[in-house]
Amino acid sequence: MTQDSPLAGGPLPSRTWAVDQEEGQRVQHLKDTSLEPLAEPLIEVPDDLKGNLVVTSVDALVNWSRKSALWPVTFGLACCAFEMIATAMGRFDIARFGMEAFRASPRQADLMIVAGTVTWKMSPAIQRIYEQMADPKWVIAMGVCATSGGPYYGSYSVVPGVDHIVPVDVYVPGCPPRPDALLYGIMELHEKIKKYRNVGASAGRPLSGASPVPNPDEAAA
Amino acid sequence: MSASTTVQPLEAEYLAGLVDEAVPGSVVRWEDLTLWLEPSRVADAAHFLRNSPNLDFQFLNAISAVDYIDHIEVVYHLTSFTHRHTAVIKTKLFGREQLSLPSVYNIWRGADFQEREVWDLMGVRFEGHPNLKRIMLWEGFEGHPLRKDYL
Repeated sequence: MTQDSPLAGGPLPSRTWAVDQEEGQRVQHLKDTSLEPLAEPLIEVPDDLKGNLVVTSVDALVNWSRKSALWPVTFGLACCAFEMIATAMGRFDIARFGMEAFRASPRQADLMIVAGTVTWKMSPAIQRIYEQMADPKWVIAMGVCATSGGPYYGSYSVVPGVDHIVPVDVYVPGCPPRPDALLYGIMELHEKIKKYRNVGASAGRPLSGASPVPNPDEAAA
Repeated sequence: MSASTTVQPLEAEYLAGLVDEAVPGSVVRWEDLTLWLEPSRVADAAHFLRNSPNLDFQFLNAISAVDYIDHIEVVYHLTSFTHRHTAVIKTKLFGREQLSLPSVYNIWRGADFQEREVWDLMGVRFEGHPNLKRIMLWEGFEGHPLRKDYL
């Protein structure tokens, strides 16, 4: 900084050079004064454990665990079920998401993929299965029928969207959606699960920015 | 018994002669491969079709119903595995209310669900059916939605 610039007297006007020098001094000062060494860890880590510890937040750990092994309940209602089955088979391989265990019992599942047309006669069974699932639980409406009734909208026997029956987290459009689309929906659900808050007064609710998930027990009360 | 491996439809004229002889007054008319029966005699004629040795229709493929506004037509498709032939039996029910037919439940057990479906969606009662209630829709549903005048 002290030596003369090689550009002095060159093509740049000397006043610009002064401004640059001043700015450079400020930057260097900031760098010299801002970089403080990291504080000593609050927890004493024994020597034999050093290098084996990861520090993270409870939310991040719990949400990561939940999203990494969503167990879907076996629930195919119509032709969408075949795309769901294809998603589970080797070519698309839902096992990559830790989801290969389609559970036959809702008590062992935390994700319901409503794959197909929901009729009014079927809806009490859907509601019961949803209520039998343990919290926390999520619902994907797969295909336009489960989303809005689709081609059967206005029919005498078809529910115009499964969200009239159970709360839905992710809608996957298509008739039927290809396995790619269902996988994308599952990945979007992962992103949603990652935003949940699990400790403190607002536990069980998503962080701000994500849409709140209505609790059916509170809604019924 | 035919040596043919394909299933042949029976001529309605031939079928009409046999049925009318066994159950007099049951045949209304026939045309090509279709035989129309008197609604009240359907079960009697079905009993003959099922048990006659040279007809031997063991299998009821389907019972369906068609709404022609002024009448509802109920269609029975029959197949014989031993003789490898088929038949189409129809019957016309005039009017919109209180339509009823004798049940063929005791002749073909497969008629159970199909008669319930025709009752549920088209509103044709089958007298003698042991459990004639709605099958597709729920109890308490009003009307029969596959009728032309439903909406």
